[in-house]
Amino acid sequence: MSLKEKLVSSFMAFEDTVDVNSPIHDIRTEAIKTFEAEGFPTKKLEDWKYTSLNSILKPDYSVFPTIENDIEFKDVKKYFIHEIDAYKIIFIDGKYASHLSQTTHDGLDVCLMSAALTKPKYKVIIDNYFNKIATKDGLSSLNTAFSHEGAYINIPKNKVVEKPIQIIHFSTGNEAAVMLQPRNLIIVNENAHVQIIERHQSLTDNPVLTNSVTEIFTNKRAIVDYYKIQNDKQSASLIDNTYINQKQESLAKVHTFSFGGKLIRNNLNFYQNGERIDSTMKGITIIGDKQHVDHNTLVHHIEPNCESHQDYKGIFNDSSTGVFNGKVVVEKLAQKTNAFQANNNVLMSDKATINTKPQLEIFADDVKCSHGCTIGQLDESAMFYLRSRGIPEKEARALLMFAFSNNVMDSVKIPELKNRITKIIAKKLGVNIGFDL
Amino acid sequence: MLKINNLHASIDDKAILKGINLEVKPGEVHAIMGPNGSGKSTLASVIAGKEDYEVTEGSILLDDEDIEELAAEERAHKGVFLSFQYPVEIPGVSVTNFIKTAINSTRKAKGLEDMPAKEMLKLIREKSELLEIDRKFLSRSLNEGFSGGEKKRNEIFQMAMLEPKLAILDETDSGLDIDALRIVSNGVNKLKSKDNAVIVITHYQRLLDYIVPDFVHVLLNGKIVKSGGKELAHELEAKGYDWIKEEVNA
Repeated sequence: MSLKEKLVSSFMAFEDTVDVNSPIHDIRTEAIKTFEAEGFPTKKLEDWKYTSLNSILKPDYSVFPTIENDIEFKDVKKYFIHEIDAYKIIFIDGKYASHLSQTTHDGLDVCLMSAALTKPKYKVIIDNYFNKIATKDGLSSLNTAFSHEGAYINIPKNKVVEKPIQIIHFSTGNEAAVMLQPRNLIIVNENAHVQIIERHQSLTDNPVLTNSVTEIFTNKRAIVDYYKIQNDKQSASLIDNTYINQKQESLAKVHTFSFGGKLIRNNLNFYQNGERIDSTMKGITIIGDKQHVDHNTLVHHIEPNCESHQDYKGIFNDSSTGVFNGKVVVEKLAQKTNAFQANNNVLMSDKATINTKPQLEIFADDVKCSHGCTIGQLDESAMFYLRSRGIPEKEARALLMFAFSNNVMDSVKIPELKNRITKIIAKKLGVNIGFDL
Repeated sequence: MLKINNLHASIDDKAILKGINLEVKPGEVHAIMGPNGSGKSTLASVIAGKEDYEVTEGSILLDDEDIEELAAEERAHKGVFLSFQYPVEIPGVSVTNFIKTAINSTRKAKGLEDMPAKEMLKLIREKSELLEIDRKFLSRSLNEGFSGGEKKRNEIFQMAMLEPKLAILDETDSGLDIDALRIVSNGVNKLKSKDNAVIVITHYQRLLDYIVPDFVHVLLNGKIVKSGGKELAHELEAKGYDWIKEEVNA
């Protein structure tokens, strides 16, 4: 039985665990039909030309991991940004882990999707927001069909949330292989400000496939800083589908740090529904071996006077492969749009590959759009300069790589997070770097 | 200290250095002059260990040790310093972090611990004052957007921090106005001692008014064709290189 067949037939079993009379379940039922029709994307689709899911669809995934796992904080502390006080929404094999979490309903909701989907007090919000911006493609529909658990965050008007929120999905793989479908909904109301760190982390070497959907709504003048840490084991793969709907004057920034995993696909979509909106996405990808990271971004400029900024850096070692596919659509109404896109890559080996493709669809005439991709090797004259000062080859290379990715780090607003990312980068580059950038 | 014997070097099979002989003793200042394309910068790069060049014949001895097989960083650890004609811009790495990394790399190679932060700060303060470098300058990205003068001053600042045994200044005077030239030369002169040596590579005699050489060598078509005292530099300034070419051809 293929994974698709297995998932479709599992849906009935899933129905036994949820309230089939809720309106949400109509959405789920519709979604499983869509998935059944669409299936998993193949390389025949333009957006999937350079990423094949074949290798990660083979394992016999357990769709509903059943074993309860006891994980103590001390065992997984290193995956937290533990130096700071933070709200925490933690899951183990898709199930909420209350002993690792710190949620709240005190002046803001930092809690669980399962609660939001079932409790009457959230009904209006769910009716208004749930599955409103996720696309109806195979993967997102698959997630919607099994949507049940994840993070639910609702920040009320004018609330500046001082503590960052950490969402971590652990997988133990005590089952031979696990497939997870986390579903997050994040609503940031007028003038509110929130910082969120999301991470998916496997704790064993069994295969894990996560197909995640996150819907984010930033209302008027809201500010969202979202950080995705993708530094998972090489047995784990992630398909991240994130949708951000922005209202006027809101500011949404997504940083994606892709350092690990077998295959990572980031579908990051911004929709600008209002004027003077700013959408920023930045990323650093450092991979090796046969790892594959694909960034597929979309900014949909719908109204005038908005901006978007994209800055992705990639460092590819060994036989790793990267994809950057950045689509910017500027509607006819969206005059005075400023859209910038940059994708710079360094190939450290002859066997590494990057496919980079900007896609601009501009229907307005008074806009400023720029894009640029570069693919290069390390600057040899810079290497000689550093080495002539006594810095060994390996450190010199690392220093140049740090310098290369530095402007992406600039906008990381949580110092402890920045420090952590810097350390991960140093480790990835195989050096112990004694300086801070 | 430095002994170069019959050094031949080429890049992409094109011979650039064709038999250089040069001996530099501790405490000495040597100037190497010559027209464009004579091989001056190549000589500097080959001594510093740039891998693009292939040494096809001859040897480079530093304190009687052949350094030809050593990597650029290993030569730096042994006290070789090259002040670049065109220092490379490295956005995202501050001058301070860069110099710290360089110093601690050298210490590590010598089996020493990192320099304590306090000591490092003191050293940075002392040496930046010597070169009249502003504190703000030190937190800027290395060479990025620096003026020609700032780049060269930064090179000599690094030299001051690293205290090399043998400093090679490649066209350090190019792009310098008279004030910067004074500051840079003053810095070099203060760093001079009986134990270290300086090789100044230049087109013009101007720099040699400030950094006074003990010996002047003329490099022409990959060979040192004439050596003399500091008066040779004046002669070159007045008469150009043609008379030497004629002498060589004669």
